[in-house]
Amino acid sequence: MMTKSHDNADARNLQASFDDWNARYEREIGRDRAVVNRSGIEVRPLYTPLDWSEDRYADDLGMPGEPPYTRGIYNTMHRGRTWTQRQLIGLGTPQDYNQRVRMLLQQGATAISLLPCNSGFRGIDCDESPIPLLGTCGTVVNTVNHMDAALDGVPIDRISTAMNDPTPFTLFAFLLGVAKRRGVPFDKITGTANQSDYISHYVANHMFYRLSQPGARRVFVDHVKFCREHVPNWNPVSVVGQHMQQAGATPAETMGLTLSTAIQYAEDCINAGMDPDNILRRFTFFFDISISFFEEVAKFRAGRRIWARIARDRFGAKDPRSWRFKFHGQTSGVDLTQQQPLNNIARVTAQAIAGIFGGLQSMHTDGFDEALACPTEASARIAVATQNILREEAHLCDVIDPLGGSYYVEALTNEMEEKILEVMDVIEKAGGMYKAVDAGIVQRMIGKSALAYQNRIESGAEKVVGVNCYQTEAEVQDVETYRPDRAAMEAQVAEFRAFKAARDKRAVSAALDDLARAANGAENVYEKVVDAALVGVTHGEIIACLRRELGFGHPQMVA
Amino acid sequence: MMGYPERVLVTKIGFDGHDRGSRVVAAYLRDAGMEVIYTPPWQEIAAVVNLALQEDVDVVGVSSLATDHLILPELVDALREAGLHHVRVIVGGIIPQNEQPELISAGVSAVFNPGATSQEIVETVRRLAQEARIAREAAEIA
Repeated sequence: MMTKSHDNADARNLQASFDDWNARYEREIGRDRAVVNRSGIEVRPLYTPLDWSEDRYADDLGMPGEPPYTRGIYNTMHRGRTWTQRQLIGLGTPQDYNQRVRMLLQQGATAISLLPCNSGFRGIDCDESPIPLLGTCGTVVNTVNHMDAALDGVPIDRISTAMNDPTPFTLFAFLLGVAKRRGVPFDKITGTANQSDYISHYVANHMFYRLSQPGARRVFVDHVKFCREHVPNWNPVSVVGQHMQQAGATPAETMGLTLSTAIQYAEDCINAGMDPDNILRRFTFFFDISISFFEEVAKFRAGRRIWARIARDRFGAKDPRSWRFKFHGQTSGVDLTQQQPLNNIARVTAQAIAGIFGGLQSMHTDGFDEALACPTEASARIAVATQNILREEAHLCDVIDPLGGSYYVEALTNEMEEKILEVMDVIEKAGGMYKAVDAGIVQRMIGKSALAYQNRIESGAEKVVGVNCYQTEAEVQDVETYRPDRAAMEAQVAEFRAFKAARDKRAVSAALDDLARAANGAENVYEKVVDAALVGVTHGEIIACLRRELGFGHPQMVA
Repeated sequence: MMGYPERVLVTKIGFDGHDRGSRVVAAYLRDAGMEVIYTPPWQEIAAVVNLALQEDVDVVGVSSLATDHLILPELVDALREAGLHHVRVIVGGIIPQNEQPELISAGVSAVFNPGATSQEIVETVRRLAQEARIAREAAEIA
């Protein structure tokens, strides 16, 4: 009783002293500017225990490694094991990729990531693509041979790999082909199917050219099943909030849409007979880290909390590993500017710190020239060094969740959580993510936010240095931009044609027949994708076959 | 001068699917009173030419964020081959400075870099649409 009235008295004193300060503040500041973050949350000038107090500690935070995981998913977090330095790379020929990846491993990268050429995203092989577009934004990898060359000298049984490849996951099939060739057992293959999230591709990148939505959904589920049975240490699911945020969704919308997508995938897998605890611990997430510093930190902390509840309460997962919200963060290229490009090093640094304080497990830092082209070797080195400096010199890994307990960060985390749940409610009411995308709800939400953000830049409400303020006279960039060697690309295409001509044609057509049959029956389609890759069937051929059997997608035109 | 609203085709050619820029620009042009024909990304050049012909557009605006501008000269040539000499082609997005002169000499009328304002874009499209109609009338008289 005593304590309680004492507390009340304290609270009254706090309110009174806050009111005093607020009166002084309003007097001095005159007309205050309204501050609203990207997610639409009003940010006040001062936060105190009136906004968040420690009596909520157990409910809101807890300790690292225990629900609700706000402070991190592991007991030791970055103090025990720092994030994985995983630079996303894709350029030129497989040989060009190999050279870059070896350099990065030497510089301190601890895992690798492979981004295919845009022709691959389009679902075709290099011999069907205009030469000028080959290898400009990703590596040309159409066969097991290409993958073998790309990973020459890379110990795939020890280095974790990420394949940035949506359905039907041909790159991963090629990786398994390389493992077979090198005698590496499949259970030694670790890493992530980084872009397995076909829904985010639909709403943000229009990946309808690959497969229809129902077709992508079928292959996705079969792929998860195949991986859980044959490649137990591979993460077959990565839900990619990054696509949606890059396309214009606000940070809160992004987190809401991503979690709703994860729910859809979990439901699809569970409906196909998989056990929640078997699959959920292999779910991973992939996010953009914008320069809206505290908002990003709060986004990640809130997302972690919501996912833990979903996994445990909604899906009934019992293994704590299933509750952990493991995520990769990539500093956002959208915030980078073509004007005064070296300034981007500062932007990437701020973004990276937000990601680290947000508790990420794996990170990619952009090269400063990524607003211009694929990073050069020099800019890629600076990007890796930025992570090393933050870890080694700035001591960002010494304390777990160092912003935890900040009145602002905790209040903001709670407010972001509310916003995120609102978005998830919209999707739930639409019948889940799959149906919401079919109805265009998600695309409309993203488009609206993209336009609103651009309007904020145009009006000057959102400042971008060098773009709408602090412009300098000489805006012409003098940085070198990466372009692959066209002669090398032509040679690559010639070699690819020769390879196709020399293949065992009967084996190729038998594999494609099997694939088509599986697509129309109950067999695991992905198993047949892997079998086809092993006998030399190419990326484009696999996709063409599945497209024929499972249907083309169609664009969602949303105003 | 303009008898009816400017007609602009906003599209993406090549292999990149990121349409944030093209959607935002299409919305700005529409809000400025123009008639905007919008396509999703990943259009074949032949499809863009057909659409330009069928929709009788004054300007074709291409968004390029991932090197698709490298095949823009092919689009300009294909439009000319289809007899659409008057149609003006513009591009916006990530276009390195050192590759811009080549685009201009191939017949691209304007290049918009990141940071271009909606006002600049609207004004340029208006001017180019007017040019396109004058050029077309001149060609019809001749």
